[in-house]
Amino acid sequence: MSGDRGPMAGTRLTRRYKVAALWRNVFRASTVVGIIVLGLLLINIANSAFGYVAVTNRVDPGDLVAEDRALEDLDHAELVAILEVNISKGLFRKLANEKPFAERERAEVLGLIYENVVKPEVAKQWTLLESITKRSEIVAEATTAYPSATLRFESWLDVAFITSPQSSDAVKAGIRTALLGSLWTIAIAIVFAFPIGVGAAIYLEEYADHARPAARAINQVIQTNISNLAGVPSIIYGILGLAVFVRVLEPLTSGAIFGLTDSTTANGRTIISAGLTLGLLILPLIIINSQEAIRAVPNSLREAAFGLGATRWQTVWSHVLPNAMPGILTGTILSVSRAMGETAPLVVVGASTYITADPSEPFSKFTTLPIQIYQWTTRPQDVFRNIAAAAIIALLMLLLSMNGVAIVLRNRFSKRT
Amino acid sequence: MTNEKDATTLGVASERATLAALRKRPRIKETLIQAFLFVCGALSILITIGIVYELGKESALFFTRKQWEQTNKAIAWDMDAGGTTVDVTTSGAALRVDDLILLNQEMMRVVSIEGTRLTVERGIDGTVSMAHSKDTPIQVATEVTLREFFGTTEWNPQIGRFGIWALVNATMMTSLIALAVALPLGLSVAIYLSEYASEKARATLKPILEVLAGVPTVVYGYFALTFMTPLLRSIIGQDIVEVYNTASAGLVMGILILPIVSSMSEDALSAVPNSLREAAYGLGATKLETALKVVVPAAFSGIAAAFLVAASRAIGETMIVAVAAGAGPNFTFNPFRAAETMTGHIVRISGGDLSYNSLDYNSLFAIGLMLFFMTLGLNVVSQQIVKRFREVYE
Repeated sequence: MSGDRGPMAGTRLTRRYKVAALWRNVFRASTVVGIIVLGLLLINIANSAFGYVAVTNRVDPGDLVAEDRALEDLDHAELVAILEVNISKGLFRKLANEKPFAERERAEVLGLIYENVVKPEVAKQWTLLESITKRSEIVAEATTAYPSATLRFESWLDVAFITSPQSSDAVKAGIRTALLGSLWTIAIAIVFAFPIGVGAAIYLEEYADHARPAARAINQVIQTNISNLAGVPSIIYGILGLAVFVRVLEPLTSGAIFGLTDSTTANGRTIISAGLTLGLLILPLIIINSQEAIRAVPNSLREAAFGLGATRWQTVWSHVLPNAMPGILTGTILSVSRAMGETAPLVVVGASTYITADPSEPFSKFTTLPIQIYQWTTRPQDVFRNIAAAAIIALLMLLLSMNGVAIVLRNRFSKRT
Repeated sequence: MTNEKDATTLGVASERATLAALRKRPRIKETLIQAFLFVCGALSILITIGIVYELGKESALFFTRKQWEQTNKAIAWDMDAGGTTVDVTTSGAALRVDDLILLNQEMMRVVSIEGTRLTVERGIDGTVSMAHSKDTPIQVATEVTLREFFGTTEWNPQIGRFGIWALVNATMMTSLIALAVALPLGLSVAIYLSEYASEKARATLKPILEVLAGVPTVVYGYFALTFMTPLLRSIIGQDIVEVYNTASAGLVMGILILPIVSSMSEDALSAVPNSLREAAYGLGATKLETALKVVVPAAFSGIAAAFLVAASRAIGETMIVAVAAGAGPNFTFNPFRAAETMTGHIVRISGGDLSYNSLDYNSLFAIGLMLFFMTLGLNVVSQQIVKRFREVYE
């Protein structure tokens, strides 16, 4: 019989194996492509966040002092004297009125000299890859094209970047305002969405009546509705927030009913509107995640509690919830890290384009880290791309640490059961 | 006898007392808690109602609001209360047939136009026909009709043009490009992870791909603008590819939705029982034939659902297109030109201080409503597919 198949069968088999091997490589290559793109994304960001810059000074610091000394070596009085000589009398008086020079730290005076006299500006910046591979060419270019410039390796992401407020000058700009805005909005979103989300999950998993047809229909509607809400694009939540929190609830969200009548914030485009909008956005996610966590609690625990005469709420509160909590928290952290990166709904709700004051209360104007990145990215000047990249790294670090906490929680949870 | 009787009554009485004690007592705290939890659950319905109500209400305003705009045209002769033809000056914006125009207090409808001569229908909407003197300025109504909204392709609020297809077209372009990247790639990744990769490789590769899904979309926008666009421009040509273009936004969006496709499809493939694979191997099928002819068809409902969810995500995606696709509605099929999507337009016009009583504000909701129904439709169909076509294995 086998002789009947002849040599043809052999070649067909070889071809089938060849095709199989080919596709196997295609499938593997696709996976590699995905990972390469992730790598490219990260490299592209790091590429802009670090690198050489040529900085030109309006006034060379060396010209301000006697030849054998550097600006950094001078004491407080000498620095004040230099400042007085090199800036206009009006500005000097204004600075003295803000805070007398005697009370200012030496470093602060030095900072004022740099800000008002030296005025460093970035003439040209190079990417990280260029900085590593073409160092000598960069040095040559910098000396010919920008003879007065000093070349230095700049890390756009540094402590000053995180602690200084927003500024129209890219060299001085920082993410402090945006970072605080993000934390405020997220805190409000959690306070709003966590109790309601967990409550809804408990209702659907523990209380929902599946026996009576009418009750079952209602529960079915709620359940379907939640999964549909989870698929609504985030920008729709922004539009809802604009219509409800910013416009209809303006007296509440601008703080007017609490006696706050600050005209600059009284338009409802405040932290609390943004926080509540994000709260609505993550509510369905928290409900779905919490439901899964509650469903994973073994039924024997509930039956044991009921057997001892516990009421339903006692069972839920003392047995189901403590066991489901790690799962609920993991799900919540993942939802919150989603909210942390959301930009579109907050732009629609009305994030401020430029604020330098720290947000101090729920009724302050706001900006958040992703919005800051968006605004810097869309600026035409190249140097803002560098600080956008630095802000992206800060955001990714924040999200990574949140996800890290979630993973630790999940591991602890899975060890227990 | 009496004793016995007494005992019986006593027994009945005590039984009653026990029953009374055992009867379900009203527990106020429990009831209150249950009511509160129900409200939490029902709140989600309220959110949906809120979304539909607000979007619907403002969209209705969008389609009924009449705004009178100066055309810089005037009538060239005196008009009496009964005449239906009038000459107009050639200056200013052109009128169209069916436009509503306003002279003093009277509303008229343009019936036909021959050169500068208009034939009009007088006294529209209960306004009174009256005489108008020469040089009375003409105002035109910019009422947005559903026919204009769905029937035209120019979106330019400044001159009262609201043709949604300019925006929908751009949304379709970016989404289709994204799906063209994500569907084949995502399915390949899913097949590789589920059918080929060793347990160890899968455990490392899957979380790495999921990182892609966790990256905020604004970061992808940055990536599209600073990496993908320069790359396309250097490969295809600076003069063909504009700085802002839908191709770059679409390609990067494909990377964004890749993990959705791969992760959901992989779940569906892994759910196919091993007995099916073993049966295929037993018949002499290669691994590829098993994967493509047995496992993928068996998991078809899950894969189709993944595709639809990914499509819905692509349509609603905002920040990538807001950063990289361009600012300015443009009806074009050229992926290398700038065009504004629905979401991109919403972000751009709501960015500034938007006044609540403007067509722009209302238009936001009309676009939002359209977007809501498009994504909802895709999500519902996806759920139905899973429900109806799921192969259940013992």
